[in-house]
Amino acid sequence: MTTLDRPEIVDTGLLRQSMTIVRRNLIHIKRMPEMLMDVTIQPVMFVLLFAYVFGGSIATAAPAGYREWLLPGIMGQTIAFASFIVAVGLTADIDKGVVDRMRSLPIHPAAVLVGRSISSLMHSSIGIVVMSLTGLVVGWRIRDGLADAVLAYLLLLMWGFAMIWIGIWVGSAMRSVEAVNGLMFTTMFPITFLANTFAPTEHMPTWLRTVAEWNPISSLVQAVRELWGNTGPAPDAAALPLHHPVVTTVIWTVAITAVVAPLALRSFQRRTQD
Amino acid sequence: MDTAPAIEADNLVKHFGETVAVDGVSFTVPQGSVLGLLGPNGAGKTTTVRMMTTLTRPTSGTARVAGHDVVREPAAVRRSMGLTGQAATVDELLTGRENLRLVGALYGLSAAYIKRAGDELLERFSLADAGDRVVKTYSGGMRRRLDLAVSLIATPPVLFLDEPTTGLDPRSRVELWEVLRELVRDGTTLLLTTQYLEEADQLADRIVVVDRGTVIAEGTALELKDRSGRAALVVTVSHGDDLPRAEALLRTLVDEVHVDPAARQLTAPANGLRDMTRIAAAFDDTDLELDDLGLKRPSLDDVFLHLTGHKAEDEPTAETADRGEELVR
Repeated sequence: MTTLDRPEIVDTGLLRQSMTIVRRNLIHIKRMPEMLMDVTIQPVMFVLLFAYVFGGSIATAAPAGYREWLLPGIMGQTIAFASFIVAVGLTADIDKGVVDRMRSLPIHPAAVLVGRSISSLMHSSIGIVVMSLTGLVVGWRIRDGLADAVLAYLLLLMWGFAMIWIGIWVGSAMRSVEAVNGLMFTTMFPITFLANTFAPTEHMPTWLRTVAEWNPISSLVQAVRELWGNTGPAPDAAALPLHHPVVTTVIWTVAITAVVAPLALRSFQRRTQD
Repeated sequence: MDTAPAIEADNLVKHFGETVAVDGVSFTVPQGSVLGLLGPNGAGKTTTVRMMTTLTRPTSGTARVAGHDVVREPAAVRRSMGLTGQAATVDELLTGRENLRLVGALYGLSAAYIKRAGDELLERFSLADAGDRVVKTYSGGMRRRLDLAVSLIATPPVLFLDEPTTGLDPRSRVELWEVLRELVRDGTTLLLTTQYLEEADQLADRIVVVDRGTVIAEGTALELKDRSGRAALVVTVSHGDDLPRAEALLRTLVDEVHVDPAARQLTAPANGLRDMTRIAAAFDDTDLELDDLGLKRPSLDDVFLHLTGHKAEDEPTAETADRGEELVR
């Protein structure tokens, strides 16, 4: 019996293993750039549609009018859809056996999820950059200081982080990419529309206004708008969260992560270990 | 070199809720040998392999791969084995080389090593020209070969293959067999699952037959064939007119003769070579002209039917029925 030379297997650690998986996910985007449509063409289309179709009939407090006011709303929606991106990617990998293949390798058990999460955040960040540039073209500006502006972007990223757990949860629970699409379209669109994203909440019927103003997305959008100087403080009649949007957003992201992360991990383990 | 078995399954059990997928499976695979896990769809082969490769936790029982316990030392098990799952799990959007690089990097192998070993593997699996093409453009056989190449990037001493040739055309299948034989010659221990009796017969040193989650027989292909009934002696006469005379002669030597006039054949149960030489001598004393006289061992098909009371391809779907038909014959 001949003995083959066996190479030394080295444990490179969670971070490097995750980045190896990120690199693989980025090659996917390079090979299929249309994967980025959800964070490029789609939100740009929303900006243009809402700004020019509804823009004239919606009065807002932003210095440059509705278009400036609208942009943070669409950013909020785009980052909320980070969950969608994670879920689709994860379900596809589980479905095709890629996750099993990686789990059979001597790598950190979390590398698959961390890699997927990092690449999804990068994916969403591309959307945030595209949105910002589009905004600059249609009249959106950062009107407050640099620190506030950076804080607003950080809040968006934090929100994206919380959304990743929802994505892992949904991605592990659903059996096919089509099912993920169906579930996410029928939940994420109403959730992101039933808020202050596209229209001010003041003119909504009372019950709807209450729902919209307590919607966590509204806090995020209000926080980002205020930090960028695209709106004034919420009116007195607004619900409590909108008067403290930054703190509320931080609380929401921590709460969503704390509740959903264990569910997501359990669901992922159950899905992949049985 | 230590001679502990490369793979040991010790009373593996797996329940999925109420369903018992694997119900106490045990076997050992000596180093450098090939074990075929043979059984129909749903027999528990894949679940057994998933438990042995740390992907699924056993409900009870355990297994050792290269001496490491799959439950207590999963990391050590993963360092010692490669797995090629039932569906080719190579990444469609990556090129062949990128797939090798991805898995090589996850093993923590150096870039220089991955490049060298990757090129060698692509060469060995006749994929050298396709190495820089996106896998989406590969044929089924090429994907399977790449999948196997990827599993071999770290040269694992133990290799698990779950139905490695399912869905391949006959030529690709034979090519893959050749590659597997080479690996075994180089000292790799192989466990492969298959529902194709011919495949187990061709590749495996020992065969474990599983059905409904339990081991129903174990042995070499030859032993299994011996166990499921005696061999048959088949006499083919040159001229159909001689059949009655040949039959009369044969009846003086054995109890039971089956006549097939269309094939000009007589079949009789025989107990190995001694019977055959005795009968051959008797025919030699006459002027009967024979085309052929020989022993026919039962095929693994017959073995399976004998052991389980049903065919290897239980309740085939339209798709697998076609394939099964073609591959089992």
